[in-house]
Amino acid sequence: MKIADKNTKAVDLVREALEKAKEYEDYHCFISMNEARALDRAREIDEKIARGEKVGRLAGVPYALKDNYLSREGVTTAAARMLDNFPSPITSTAVAKLEAEGAIMIGRANLDAYAHGSSTENSYFGPSHNAVDFDRVPGGSSGGSASAVALGIVQFALGSDTGGSIRQPASYNGVWGMKPTYGTVSRYGVVAMASSTDVMGCFANNAEDVDLVMSIMAGKDPKDSTTLDNFWTRELEDAKPKKKKIGIIKDFLGDGVDPDVVKTIRDYAAKMKKNGFEVEEIEMPIMKYGLAIYYIVQPAEVASNLSRYDGIRYGHRASDITDLDSVYSKTRDEGFMPENKRRIMIGNFVLSSGFFDAYYLKAQKARTLLINAYNEAFEKYDALVCAVAPAPAFKFGEKTNDPLQMYMEDVMSVPPSMAGLPALAAPAGISKDGLPIGVQLIGPRQSDQMLINIAKTIAEAK
Amino acid sequence: MAITREDVLHLADLSNISLSEDQIEPLMKDLDNIVGYISQLDELDTEGVEPTYQCFDMQNVWREDVIEDFEANREDLLELTVESEDNQIKVPKVL
Repeated sequence: MKIADKNTKAVDLVREALEKAKEYEDYHCFISMNEARALDRAREIDEKIARGEKVGRLAGVPYALKDNYLSREGVTTAAARMLDNFPSPITSTAVAKLEAEGAIMIGRANLDAYAHGSSTENSYFGPSHNAVDFDRVPGGSSGGSASAVALGIVQFALGSDTGGSIRQPASYNGVWGMKPTYGTVSRYGVVAMASSTDVMGCFANNAEDVDLVMSIMAGKDPKDSTTLDNFWTRELEDAKPKKKKIGIIKDFLGDGVDPDVVKTIRDYAAKMKKNGFEVEEIEMPIMKYGLAIYYIVQPAEVASNLSRYDGIRYGHRASDITDLDSVYSKTRDEGFMPENKRRIMIGNFVLSSGFFDAYYLKAQKARTLLINAYNEAFEKYDALVCAVAPAPAFKFGEKTNDPLQMYMEDVMSVPPSMAGLPALAAPAGISKDGLPIGVQLIGPRQSDQMLINIAKTIAEAK
Repeated sequence: MAITREDVLHLADLSNISLSEDQIEPLMKDLDNIVGYISQLDELDTEGVEPTYQCFDMQNVWREDVIEDFEANREDLLELTVESEDNQIKVPKVL
């Protein structure tokens, strides 16, 4: 990470980032820029350095903020019409912690509206583009963040991950993306999607940067009662001498998985073996149900969380309406994207009387079976490895006509989410068409740093 | 098709979303596909399995009943509303 000091001016770091953002404007990584304020902050940091005062661990480092994090700097839209006029009255805990260490937000990154999607094609403001292939999606929902890091506009970016929204775009753009253990980073001040699996994480270009950013954001927050004490204390170390045992999830190497993806994972496994890890294949038949579990539980929580958008207290309100019921229903029709509506309606379907037991309760029981399967696997293995998504980045429009096809994107990334486990996406290979392919490392609760250690060790190994 | 036009209208009603006519047909198809897919959980035997609502088995987290400063003040919050008067949020007539 390039940090401001006596020789490197924060203003130059920020200017460079803003210039690059302009250069890559066509990629639509950002919904809005934070230019004036970013430069002001950079000058403040430079003055501090000149006076010999202490500055933070991220002094002058420009970053992109997924636009579902609230920050008093500007408007937080969540890429939805519902919030396109919403000036955040508060700042999220994650942002406050980064700013306290001197990081500088240069712009708000694009996403699928309310983080519902796997391509940014559900953004009210239009999609972002893949950093490697302009004609392809950057993945989602945190697509703008991933693309901005991959294009070299910023050194890191924040994302949120409910079922793969950090890992899949990281894989699609060839960068690192960390979905930490549930509760690692406060959710306070981030637009809620599915509260039992929402986690806040980051994108960066290497293991050290991921580790640094996560270590700053992690920790207990009284404003989010599900947060854990900061367990992010150890230094990164070489994982090789530890003789870690790795399980390759066999169920994700079969039908429906792109041959280039399968090859990438097999090559990665071979590289691990060559470097002293003990590697075996493991069968986890419950995995094939992960997606169905997720697309019951998540919409149910979405339906509940998005019920707050009423057109009354904040955000968009449909105009020319004289009765209260229509304020709600017309506002919600106008303010939500089609995918938001589908999820809300599916959520209300699985929660409605008559279907609750068959769907919602069933899924939460199946979730227990999934967690049990992981627990059993971790008795034998230190970490599990599989791909992030079944194929590399797809072309615009390829999956927009069939929401279920879009959901299939998440088949490998949702299981760890349902179990609250840490999962790291790291660049691992390139497809025949030159598209990046990522590997996913999954570990027991709070083994986040071990995963980073392992991935770093393999990234540096021959 | 398992999801009917009436189902879509009922779910829209539960969701407080007023749908225009052109949205109904595509939603029938999409919701039907999705419900078809998630129904595969029927294959799983979950007899006697406890549900998991919260991964870490966390119970209620208590705090003292005292007012805490959450940064946002009344003026900021009222500023966000479409209409307000005398520190109150205004809504259209209910009756």
